[in-house]
Amino acid sequence: MERVGILQRLDLLARGLAPLAITFLLMLLSVTPLRSPEVAPVMPALVLTSVYYWAIFRPDLMPVWLVFVLGVLHDLLVGGPLGLGAALLLTAYFAIAAQRRFFAHATFAMLWVGFVLVAAMALAVEWLAGSLLAGRLVDPAATLLRYAATIAAYPCLAWLFGRAQQAFLRVA
Amino acid sequence: MKQRPGPVVRLATPLKAWAQRFAVLLLIGATFFLMLMGKVDTVVVERARVAVLDAVAPMLDAASRPVASINQAFDEARDLARLREQNAALRAEIERLSGWYQEAQRLGDENRSLRGLLNLAPEPERRIVTARVVGDQGGTYVRSILVAAGTREGLAKNQAALTGAGLAGRVAEVGWRAARVLLITDINSRIPVLVGQARDRAVLAGDNSEHPELLYLPPGTSISPGDRVVTSGHGGVFPPGLPVGIVVAVTEQGVRVRPFADWAHMEFVRLIDYELPDMIGSLSSGAAVVNP
Repeated sequence: MERVGILQRLDLLARGLAPLAITFLLMLLSVTPLRSPEVAPVMPALVLTSVYYWAIFRPDLMPVWLVFVLGVLHDLLVGGPLGLGAALLLTAYFAIAAQRRFFAHATFAMLWVGFVLVAAMALAVEWLAGSLLAGRLVDPAATLLRYAATIAAYPCLAWLFGRAQQAFLRVA
Repeated sequence: MKQRPGPVVRLATPLKAWAQRFAVLLLIGATFFLMLMGKVDTVVVERARVAVLDAVAPMLDAASRPVASINQAFDEARDLARLREQNAALRAEIERLSGWYQEAQRLGDENRSLRGLLNLAPEPERRIVTARVVGDQGGTYVRSILVAAGTREGLAKNQAALTGAGLAGRVAEVGWRAARVLLITDINSRIPVLVGQARDRAVLAGDNSEHPELLYLPPGTSISPGDRVVTSGHGGVFPPGLPVGIVVAVTEQGVRVRPFADWAHMEFVRLIDYELPDMIGSLSSGAAVVNP
């Protein structure tokens, strides 16, 4: 009995790590060299989408400190100004936390609309902080393009996260 | 429902809410602190970057290979379609270049003999490391690539990174098995260069756009589109004469340069180890006495 208990607990733990693992893999994917100049500027903010999804559906597995750590890790990996990723992700997280009642009973379309707003806020904060840190206004065209790509990619990613949630985190 | 919560719960609930609110403030504060720390560029930040780089390098290396082969397949298909015309163009190119080859050999010989006559100090040795590009950042805030080579292969900070066509960037951070190359288009990139046949000194400054800008041009220089830009070697970090790009626009707003490097096909980069050991050593020790 004891043995099974430990195994079960390990199994639960491993399943609980799924949101983190998926987010981390997406982070790696977003720095993989695609070598096509057409794609690079429209690379959607994959980590933002992932954090949005898990913060709504499994906030217990995507706590706020983990969001912060992911943001810092992203900055270190990308080599960008430190703190930018954390500002981006925390903005999204706090926006969700403030409207948790709305998100709890939202349909897919409502979630997408919510994402359009949350992503706008988060990317705006990132742009402001980025401009502040660079000491000048960064060209907003690139951020706008990324914003468009991010909200366009949302349905596809959300479907993927939904499948992952069913596969790993099915509540028995 | 009528059951009243115990004293522990009554106390714990506001405490928990307070802790949560405190966590929010703490994390926001931490974010600002990180921004400040990143801005002053401490050693700790660089160490952290290098540690993350080293940790994920094997994963990125593995991931970059299939992506590279898919890209290659596309390129090959495209080339196959234009094989005949490409062949003809290349033949013409060879004929044109063979003349230049003879000329270059003659000039090389002449240069060598003249250097001998002048007793010029010999150029330092250049050692070249070729590294695979495993990470690429086309982000809004930074232009850099990750390469799968580090101190293990003899890389060091500030070495020049070249593609086949020209200068790509400078090694900014080195881990044991991975390094980050800051591209010349990055907002933090500053490269001392020489422009045109007059070899005017200037600094090539990136601004995260495709075309970096020439700064600190001496007044009265005449620069026109089509002028070649090469590294000057000032500062003793880069070898002089590495091809950088071509001037594309000369306007009131500034002089723009199109780099030779082909960002779309950077699968490998060459990193040039070019050390001036004595000079750098005496400069950095700060106690160099010119006339003892």
